[in-house]
Amino acid sequence: MSGGNWLEKILPSVRKGDADSRRASVPEGLWRKCPRCDSVIYRPELERNLDVCPKCEHHLRINARTRLSLFLDDGPQSEIGADIEPVDRLKFKDSKKYKDRLTAAQKDTGEKDALICLRGKVNGLPVVAAAFEFGFMGGSMGSVVGERFLRSVDVCLENRLPFVCFAASGGARMQEALFSLMQMARTSAALQRMRDAGLPFISVLTDPVYGGVSASLAMLGDINVAEPGALIGFAGPRVIEQTVRQKLPEGFQRSEFLLEHGAIDMIVHRRDMKDTLHRLLANLTHAPLPAA
Amino acid sequence: MNPNFLEFEQPIAELEAKIEELRLVGNGSEVNISEEIRRLQDKSIGLTESIFKNLTSWQISQLARHPHRPYTLDYLRRVFTDFDELHGDRTFADDAAIVAGIARIEGRPVMVIGHQKGRSVKEKVRRNFGMPRPEGYRKALRLMEMAERFRLPIVTFIDTPGAFPGIDAEERGQSEAIARNLMVMSRLRVPIIATVVGEGGSGGALAIGVCDHLQMLQYSTYSVISPEGCASILWRSADKAPDAAEAMGLTAGRLHELGIVDEVLPEPLGGAHRDYDQMAERVRQSLLVQLDKLGSLAPDELVSRRYKRLAGYSNVAGKPGAE
Repeated sequence: MSGGNWLEKILPSVRKGDADSRRASVPEGLWRKCPRCDSVIYRPELERNLDVCPKCEHHLRINARTRLSLFLDDGPQSEIGADIEPVDRLKFKDSKKYKDRLTAAQKDTGEKDALICLRGKVNGLPVVAAAFEFGFMGGSMGSVVGERFLRSVDVCLENRLPFVCFAASGGARMQEALFSLMQMARTSAALQRMRDAGLPFISVLTDPVYGGVSASLAMLGDINVAEPGALIGFAGPRVIEQTVRQKLPEGFQRSEFLLEHGAIDMIVHRRDMKDTLHRLLANLTHAPLPAA
Repeated sequence: MNPNFLEFEQPIAELEAKIEELRLVGNGSEVNISEEIRRLQDKSIGLTESIFKNLTSWQISQLARHPHRPYTLDYLRRVFTDFDELHGDRTFADDAAIVAGIARIEGRPVMVIGHQKGRSVKEKVRRNFGMPRPEGYRKALRLMEMAERFRLPIVTFIDTPGAFPGIDAEERGQSEAIARNLMVMSRLRVPIIATVVGEGGSGGALAIGVCDHLQMLQYSTYSVISPEGCASILWRSADKAPDAAEAMGLTAGRLHELGIVDEVLPEPLGGAHRDYDQMAERVRQSLLVQLDKLGSLAPDELVSRRYKRLAGYSNVAGKPGAE
């Protein structure tokens, strides 16, 4: 990026409006604008701050790998179901072919599908952690997401490990039609097995979580945690507005709204996430805590 | 246009109108026109057969929502006896969009749970067009857990456009209510038989649809999103609903081919609404077969079989095994 001024570099993405979700995976210059307070932030500074706006504390979206690297210890990690790939059984085609959408998403994100599952450690405590890649077709849940989720649960059951999932998803993947709906039942049934085995599952809700993901695995944590200000709900705000023809209340479907209505246990700042989840998991599994 | 017939059925409606006219004339005259009426009736049947042989997914979607289509309570009256409706989630309210209670089918007690739409305007509003709120799902859950305690098989009837997308529903945890049902239904130690009788609308349908046997009426639908919703997101135009219906493969026949649906129950000629009794009898027969079959399984076997069914709803490429 030589020549021109920095404004030119940020302008195209600012104009897009949905820049927040796209930019996580696309490096475009040294500056980034906070989608909430419009502050222009020096990118290295933003990264040092875990992609939380230093001016307004807005938690920007981050991709799945970044999420997991913030959460898991450095050191040996193994990926679960890495080689599993989506199959377009229905030969689904809307304005574009599903196959082409998949290829484009794979190219954009470098991932085969929208859920990444790693076995590793959190402050020394062995866990399985999964994170949705929102950049991959809006983090939508199809068969691969379901399959990786089930295999992660299998790994937890075999090795008696806790499971943590960071959700960020628009819901079920329409292009896989009823198969995607069935992933709601599959993942929920898998979590019942975690419960039967007495193994903890913590669900972390990050901006945004809607539809089929919200109405299945994401709300089924033994403990439900959210990042501040995340949008979380069953139906999208536009659908609700069209149905009830009412203006939505201020702060509707934000993490703080969910906490107030009893849907989640706590809101945790990104910088405190790792230690908080570790403490909760250690307490639930009777593992030692580091001396204060 | 005759409102009792859908748009694609209008040629049948015209023929039926002609028959009706002849009947009226016949009543007042001495001429014997019964021969002519019979001829037209045969023609009407032939026409109905030919129209219904090649229905598009969109036409089937319309049939699934036909205003005269039999609803859960219509089956309850015909398939079961000794029904006592049970109300309320014990926490907040009773949701009329879901009806539930204990009944007998050929002498055997079962728990029946189903979405319920209304017929009159007033009733439609009271039933919220068959769109449950969290308290509806929580009522269903309460009664399913009760069924387990008393070893009653669970029979569900699915017929909803979807879970209600409203402010109050969100405030009371629509997502959690649906999610919890999915999780708990996967472990219930009694047989669960689900029948899609009309619209199987997404998570709102699945929330009473995790089961050991999934059957659909021939002209019912089951999909992850309504054709209109899918069209407005993916095609950016709700007018493309017929295309979306086709692409999603939401019909009973297609879902049976895909291996998601276990059985398709044939409907009377012209659809279930043309003959409630015949349709109910088919539903009754199929339920009896499944109650026998699933009733013979030990509870542990039933639960592990159910999990295997769910785990099998997958289309992926790649190596089996966890890591």
